[in-house]
Amino acid sequence: MKDPCAHCEEMMQPYLDRILTEEEMAEAEAHLRECEYCRKRYRFEESLRVYVRQAVAEQMPVELRQKLAALRIPLD
Amino acid sequence: MSTAGTVGGVEADTEEELDGLEPSEGETAQRIAGEARDRVRFEEEALALADQVYRVARHLTGSREEAEDLVQETYSRAFRSWRSYQPGTNMRAWLLRILTNLNIDRGRRSQRAPQMQALEANDYFLYDRLAENSDGLSDEDRVVERLSQDDIVTALSAVPHDFRDVIVLVDIGDFSYQDAAQILDIPIGTVMSRLHRGRRILKRQLAESAVGEEA
Repeated sequence: MKDPCAHCEEMMQPYLDRILTEEEMAEAEAHLRECEYCRKRYRFEESLRVYVRQAVAEQMPVELRQKLAALRIPLD
Repeated sequence: MSTAGTVGGVEADTEEELDGLEPSEGETAQRIAGEARDRVRFEEEALALADQVYRVARHLTGSREEAEDLVQETYSRAFRSWRSYQPGTNMRAWLLRILTNLNIDRGRRSQRAPQMQALEANDYFLYDRLAENSDGLSDEDRVVERLSQDDIVTALSAVPHDFRDVIVLVDIGDFSYQDAAQILDIPIGTVMSRLHRGRRILKRQLAESAVGEEA
């Protein structure tokens, strides 16, 4: 028999990617409802993804936008 | 009657000849106008995606300058080969496919999957490390805030690029596994396994930069 937390950990990435089957999803959620240990770690992973995305988001330089627009092919 | 008919007939013939020419000229003009319209629409749609393309390009490449060059080259290529874009399909993925190919042409070879030693077996590793060093504060949101923006940018750039590409496309660019597979020209199963390992490598790097965890 697998340690339920180890099993829950294995399901974390696919859970957050929403690729689990309904049955697996229900299984993970049932465990998360009663296990604070895993719940904290799932929440952390979820916020980590958002956090990473925000941290690396870099605005495109304005000059680049102008350069790209200038690459358009003029109408004859 | 018959003369009038003939005249009428001749006139009709002449008209038919004209009819035969005029519509084809008209059609040509219409086709050109239609094509110009399609092209303008294409260019505008592509330019509207430039921010998103740049954001992904920035982390597929090593530097801002490289990303800017690559995005320009991509748009120049896209504007020239706009006809090969199939309307209604994912233009962002199409642009990124061009960008990825150009990036490879520039000499960035596909990397052999590096043998990672000491790959953390545990997906909870980063949380545990950070929470351990949080003076008893284990609130998930506070724990994540222990990572600085610099930590994250540095950690991401330290991930070997085959793994990083997939993370950048899926987790940052919000592409589906399927789109990522097409953009990188690899099987979807490879996208999934690289993503799985890449995220762990990233977390490993984050732990190193945030709490000085030794590899």
